Amino acid sequence: MPFEPNEPQKEIKYEETRIYTDAELNSCSDEELKNFKIKHQIPDLEELENGPWPSFVADAKQEALHRRKLADERMLIDRDVVEDMLGQLQVSFDDGETHWKHGGIVGVFGYGGGVIGRYSDLPERYPSIAHFHTIRVNQPASKFYNSDLLRTICDMWEYRGSGLMNLHGSTGDLVLLGTTTEQLEPIFFELTHVLGQDIGGSGSNLRTPSCCIGRARCEFACYDTQNLCYELTQYYQDELHRPAFPYKFKLKFDGCPNGCVASMARSDMSFIGTWRDSIRIDQDTVKAYIAGDVVPNGGAHMGRDWGKFDIHKEVIDLCPTKCMSLVDDELRIDNQECTRCMHCINVMPKALKPGKDNGLSILLGAKAPILEGAQMATLIVPFMKAEPPYDNIKEFIEKVWEFWIEEGKNRERLGELMQRTGLPKFLETIGLPPAPQMIKTPRENPYILWKEEDVPGGWNRNVNEYRTRHKR
Amino acid sequence: MALSLDRLGIYDPKDPLKNRLTDLGPRHFWQYFPPVIQNNYGKWAYHEVLETGILMHVSETGDKIYTVRCGAARFMTVQHVREICDIADQYCDGFVRFTTRNNIEFLVDSVEKLEALKKDLESRKFVSGSYKFPIGGTGAGVTNIVHTQGYIHCHTPATDASSMVKAVSDELFKYFQGMTLPAKVRVSMACCLNMCGAVHCSDIALLGNHRKPPIVDHEVIDKVCEIPLAIAACPVGAISPDKTPEGGKTVKIKKERCMFCGNCYTMCQALPLSDKEGDGVTILAGGKISNRISEPKFSKVVVPWLPNNFPRFSEVVEKVKKILEAYAADANKYERLGDWAERIGWEKFFEKTGLEFTEHLIDDYRLAYDTWRTSTQFKYTAAAWDVSRFAGGIE
Ligand code: HEM
Ligand code: HEM
Ligand code: HEM
Ligand code: HEM
Ligand code: SF4
Ligand code: SF4
Ligand code: SF4
Ligand code: SF4
Repeated sequence: MPFEPNEPQKEIKYEETRIYTDAELNSCSDEELKNFKIKHQIPDLEELENGPWPSFVADAKQEALHRRKLADERMLIDRDVVEDMLGQLQVSFDDGETHWKHGGIVGVFGYGGGVIGRYSDLPERYPSIAHFHTIRVNQPASKFYNSDLLRTICDMWEYRGSGLMNLHGSTGDLVLLGTTTEQLEPIFFELTHVLGQDIGGSGSNLRTPSCCIGRARCEFACYDTQNLCYELTQYYQDELHRPAFPYKFKLKFDGCPNGCVASMARSDMSFIGTWRDSIRIDQDTVKAYIAGDVVPNGGAHMGRDWGKFDIHKEVIDLCPTKCMSLVDDELRIDNQECTRCMHCINVMPKALKPGKDNGLSILLGAKAPILEGAQMATLIVPFMKAEPPYDNIKEFIEKVWEFWIEEGKNRERLGELMQRTGLPKFLETIGLPPAPQMIKTPRENPYILWKEEDVPGGWNRNVNEYRTRHKR
Repeated sequence: MALSLDRLGIYDPKDPLKNRLTDLGPRHFWQYFPPVIQNNYGKWAYHEVLETGILMHVSETGDKIYTVRCGAARFMTVQHVREICDIADQYCDGFVRFTTRNNIEFLVDSVEKLEALKKDLESRKFVSGSYKFPIGGTGAGVTNIVHTQGYIHCHTPATDASSMVKAVSDELFKYFQGMTLPAKVRVSMACCLNMCGAVHCSDIALLGNHRKPPIVDHEVIDKVCEIPLAIAACPVGAISPDKTPEGGKTVKIKKERCMFCGNCYTMCQALPLSDKEGDGVTILAGGKISNRISEPKFSKVVVPWLPNNFPRFSEVVEKVKKILEAYAADANKYERLGDWAERIGWEKFFEKTGLEFTEHLIDDYRLAYDTWRTSTQFKYTAAAWDVSRFAGGIE
């Protein structure tokens, strides 16, 4: 195995873990489902059973019927949770307002996050969802599973929770939606003991890191996204579970500048694979593309007739740095000028490959609009090698955290702090020299915040001495 | 080890620390890679979309892996997940993966398995007729719409997420199943702008938005909230301390200052915002996150507000289609929606999409000036002639 887990992985066999029998799992026929009405009137939701896109209502009703058929002792929270959830959803449509109460602090012992409290504000009408808490389960990197793991989670969750979940939440976690306060600790124990599996982050701490599919199935990946994501998640477990930060902090890992997990837009620290040598060119295959023998862009545009492939129009002229040329049917790239935007590689993946001398760029400070507007991440480290045990990366992360913990106000994201202190001060604190790669243009105003030590003689001047030269 | 059947399982409430395991982290990824991925890890040479929803990745070793990408509602029940597992067991040696945008991916290593799998997936429908596993979401089309919780599980939404996404996805289904657009179009949905609602880099973003300032629950605010924190939470300083007639501590809201962000409600449950007439949907467009050709950029507000017309959101669907159709008809190959809008100019964007341009689309928050036009380069559209007429410049 090229990558070793840091925690011993107990093997999960559904035949050993399972709660429900096959008969219990296959208790509902299509005929019954067709005729099934839940106990509340849900006309708007039933409308959403139509149409081609997978219907979450039809799915929820499957589970509602399934719960009706299970014996009383085959579940530990109320049988009616799904029906009540749907009933309350219909009433939310009628009222044009949500019926979930504001938060409420619940959790598991010793952890500051991973569980989100949720209570209905109509507990008399929908008693089974009076408590309906969320548990975030830390997903395996890039969300590969096998059926033993998923089936075990399903049995545990139908037995101890609502059977409703998100695959996946926006941060990346597998989200379990809806259980009682009593079941939080038991679920945590089942997850850790039987599933060998921890919960994710929420609150003012490190959030569950996530990554793109990377080298597992993508030829563009410039580093091992899963391994780096896994290693840092493990290494920073303490930061993930025990809030010690001014606010949340997110790490996300894209294998190349295509950015499939959108790290640049939604993580405080974004890692994006890149290279520092030259794009690899297979000239024969370039010729095959020109001749029309290979479908461009991996076939992504096949749904429409865009005409014959034209390498000038589709690649060379669209190159943002105009660093490509075709000389006697030979494709040339001036790699000194290339900004590694991926366009040419995306169009001709069979002929062009990212360079071989790989690493990653680090960008900092993305955040959502609240409060001062959204921020996109700013390029801080142009290139860094990314090889296990990733000490260079950990050292960098910790320097940034040190600055943020020291200087950050309560609920101040890293990006906001960088704005407040200014990029120059930030660079000085983390010990990096300034570089034009960090900016789009130099400043347009001349309000340079000189420091006293920048100026010979300092700032203490004597007005009398000044007056010897200038009359009042 | 079997899952426990005891009510409290292995947990002992009298001694919470007993047998407690912590800091395990996620399960390690390698064991969930199918063998063909383990064998070819890092050796992939190129990929091809064979047809919409079907990817073929070819390794330097000559091995191939075929991926069938299926749409899914990210809100799922254990029964649906078990069906996914049945399919994975039958065709994929038990392996399955989920994408960042909530698609399901089934992976097989031969064309024969691929064909059988495809047939099976296409045949599976919910009893009401909608697909369980529609194949698509690749290339120059619309893939799964990422979204947040909405009325299903959150306390601050200004709209519902799952229903709107279902309504829009039904209408955009042909773009999910066909690669007919100039480039990929990422549609995203968030039900409030305050929290997880960072839809700000999507080609088309649907965003729940409030329009009424918070109401103050004077009776309880001092008991359930830290009043100074609520005051400090307001980015525009609209909240100030006040006294109730009985002399209790409360706050007052300078309503004309409020920008409806809900940050106060986040800090203090005695300041609710949501309201049937007030709440609705804002549409943003033209953002992107890939670095391809042009830099990543934020989405821009193109429709300030539409009503929450549950459950099908007809107005929202109509505007989304207008944007998509204008883009599909006019953009160049490889051109993302935002790049198209910038090339033709936003004035032409409004002309071609037929969306109305109103004062709400002109930035008047901080640093607004950055978005004003400081140049004589513009294109004439009907809107320009209107201004000229009002200014007395033309008849
Ligand atoms: C103090 C402020 C916040 C509070 C009280 C809060 C509370 C919540 C609540 C109640 C949910 C719904 C969870 C559920 O029941 O499943 C939620 C979801 C979430 N929030 Fe926040 N949130 C806050 C700020 C934010 C911010 C600023 C972000 C990110 C920009 C964020 C990211 C998320 C994410 C990723 C989810 C999961 C959503 C999903 O997967 O649908 N939260 N938050
Ligand atoms: C235009 C440039 C892009 C190209 C050429 C590109 C290429 C690819 C390729 C080849 C894959 C398949 C990797 C694999 O799973 O084998 C992929 C997956 C993915 N891409 Fe991109 N990508 C681009 C831009 C984006 C952007 C802008 C986003 C998001 C805003 C994005 C989101 C994703 C996601 C989420 C996946 C994983 C599959 C999924 O979750 O649906 N990509 N991309
Ligand atoms: C690089 C820094 C700057 C340079 C080299 C510069 C240079 C000049 C020059 C050569 C003039 C024309 C003077 C004249 O008409 O005789 C001028 C005018 C002016 N400058 Fe600056 N300036 C600078 C920065 C600033 C700044 C920071 C401000 C404001 C805070 C400012 C405000 C003005 C004003 C108000 C005028 C008069 C403009 C007018 O004619 O109405 N300048 N500046
Ligand atoms: C409607 C679609 C989307 C929804 C519902 C959504 C939801 C969320 C959620 C729940 C979070 C918290 C994220 C987390 O914990 O990882 C988040 C954060 C973020 N998302 Fe999205 N996202 C959407 C689309 C996008 C897209 C396509 C981008 C950019 C390509 C983006 C940019 C961001 C940013 C910048 C943040 C960071 C916010 C922060 O951490 O302060 N969002 N989004
Ligand atoms: S970010 Fe790059 S390396 Fe990662 S999956 Fe997307 S295209 Fe591949
Ligand atoms: S990666 Fe982008 S910048 Fe570099 S040669 Fe290709 S198209 Fe040009
Ligand atoms: S976007 Fe807002 S309303 Fe929707 S789930 Fe996130 S915090 Fe809740
Ligand atoms: S909604 Fe936002 S702007 Fe309005 S009072 Fe609350 S914090 Fe202030």
